[in-house]
Amino acid sequence: MTTSDDVVVKAVGLKRLYPITKGILFKKKIGEVRAVDGVDLQLLRGETLALVGESGCGKSTTGRLLMGLEPADGGSISVLGDDLAELNSRQMRAKRRDIQMILQDPYTSLNPRMNVATIVGEPFAIHPEALAGRSRSEAVRELMDRVGLDPSMVNRYPHQFSGGQRQRIGVARALALRPQIIVADEPVSALDVSVQAQVMNLLLDLQQEMGLSYVFVSHDLAVVRQIADRISVMYLGRIVETGEAGSVYAAPAHPYTSALLSAAPIPDPAAQAERERIKLSGELPDPADPPSGCRFRTRCWKAQELCAREEPDLVALSPSHSVACHFPETPDDAN
Amino acid sequence: MATELLRVEDLQVEFVTRDGVARAVNSVSFSVAPGETVAVLGESGSGKSVTAQAIMGILDTPPARIAGGSIQLLGRELVGLPEDQYRTIRGEQIAMIFQDALSALNPVTAVGKQIAEMFRIHRDASKKDAKDHAIQVMTQVGIPAAASRYDSYPHEFSGGMRQRAMIAMMIALKPQVLIADEPTTALDVTIQAQIIELLQQLQSETDMGLILITHDLGVVAEVADHITVMYAGRTMEEGPVDEIYRSTAHPYTRGLLQSIPTIHSAEGRLPAIPGLPPSLFALPEGCAFHPRCPISQDQCRQGAAPDLVEVADRHRSRCWYAEEVMCSDNLR
Repeated sequence: MTTSDDVVVKAVGLKRLYPITKGILFKKKIGEVRAVDGVDLQLLRGETLALVGESGCGKSTTGRLLMGLEPADGGSISVLGDDLAELNSRQMRAKRRDIQMILQDPYTSLNPRMNVATIVGEPFAIHPEALAGRSRSEAVRELMDRVGLDPSMVNRYPHQFSGGQRQRIGVARALALRPQIIVADEPVSALDVSVQAQVMNLLLDLQQEMGLSYVFVSHDLAVVRQIADRISVMYLGRIVETGEAGSVYAAPAHPYTSALLSAAPIPDPAAQAERERIKLSGELPDPADPPSGCRFRTRCWKAQELCAREEPDLVALSPSHSVACHFPETPDDAN
Repeated sequence: MATELLRVEDLQVEFVTRDGVARAVNSVSFSVAPGETVAVLGESGSGKSVTAQAIMGILDTPPARIAGGSIQLLGRELVGLPEDQYRTIRGEQIAMIFQDALSALNPVTAVGKQIAEMFRIHRDASKKDAKDHAIQVMTQVGIPAAASRYDSYPHEFSGGMRQRAMIAMMIALKPQVLIADEPTTALDVTIQAQIIELLQQLQSETDMGLILITHDLGVVAEVADHITVMYAGRTMEEGPVDEIYRSTAHPYTRGLLQSIPTIHSAEGRLPAIPGLPPSLFALPEGCAFHPRCPISQDQCRQGAAPDLVEVADRHRSRCWYAEEVMCSDNLR
């Protein structure tokens, strides 16, 4: 059974609102975007939790909230047992040693005027205690070796590397302080397929070697398949389905999850022709003005009058699989 | 009706730089028939986008130059065509949509007006007619309430809508050939599916030829009739889509197919292609793919690159061991 020791990140009722303002000098709030609106999640030691959804669903904001990069407007986050809201800035800084981030775009997330030694070594400038007696250059070389970069390239600049290599630099930087938790925000979506696989494999290997826990933010259910132990599907700031990866893929319960799975391309013309696709009409509604009741109802083919009236709660279908839908899919629907 | 809309024959594009001459496209040939979708597949740096730019006549020259070969559109030679004549072809007969619609659209002009401009410039339409036509194509590409969105600016559109707006602009004059350079890469999967469907629907309405430039084998499986796989500027394999997927005849294509994650694949490690594509300034001797190839032999590492040889009807592969690769179906 899960003990509290195994929970490395726990978020309850997480909220993040962005005000919409009007006026230049005298800003007046005319509305708000509820980017994250009541998200609960729990990350266990050594596991990967995938946050999946379309752009604008709040998955990246959730990642940033977990990192303490943005203040939450409601709810609480505890990382390794400490409530982030109660930490002062010095304690928060120490906490960041345990939780690090890998960003999506390896082209803009690396300073073009710093060489690899400076980029990967920068965390040690902030946390010299993490060096533990080694010299900084020694530590940087070790890290480069670990992520599959030739340590002799330590004096090169980001533009001298390919996209995949740059992402490895980003991974090395994230690993420098030996964190226990890594929030990876779309770490491979900017890469070519063949390189994507290399970076995914690297992340899997590092997780095994170092016992890392990942929050993996992605819009692509196919990419997440390789790495996720559990999946939380987000839509307009809320988690609509969460569960063990195997169970979510085999028997998606929320219509939105089914639609996402059915939209994922299959690299096989015959299989592609055979399968029935669920076409999701329209796009994400305006997050400043979400639909009443179930937020997905405007694009849902199963929506009924009840869905407009009442917002469904996240209800457990089994101990490891919950869904927020009035009319969840049953395994029979899938066939 | 012509059987071929566009024929690219033995196309060679070079980049002349301080570091030397890089051959970005090295004798690539393919053709597109009405209603046909040809996918040009490859990783960054494979030369696929340069091929598209060469066809559109929008290469940066210099440093790029077309060093040889021909591009024929409806029998007319495009290589060496003066810019003023090219301008009448672009948009009218051949058009291109890009990955990033936000940077392809003018941010300070209303979307509708940009589409209407196509009719103003190419068709000499009156302002009113141009606007009517623009609203009509906007509706055709599935922009809801097109008339009221005519005056919206690109930043007021979502990613998917922007892509639709760009498609509207490019199909406005009903070109016979449409080139789509990574049209769905920047989009969410659900929107991706919508855009692909839109392209297919437009194609069936107008019978245009579609050239899909992409690195995404998933999208290709869905829409392409014919595939050309490029690597380091060369065609490594080409053939009808089912042939390529069912009886892959090149280790590079096989590697690409294996490295795609799917919702059905097993958990854990994917068989990635090791290493990186070579620099065009320092191509390996022999077969350009040999340093990353799981089955390379001495023959692959030296001498000339293998030729593109036919392995089945209309299916060609540039590999000394094409037959062996085709027979070993245990890999997939």
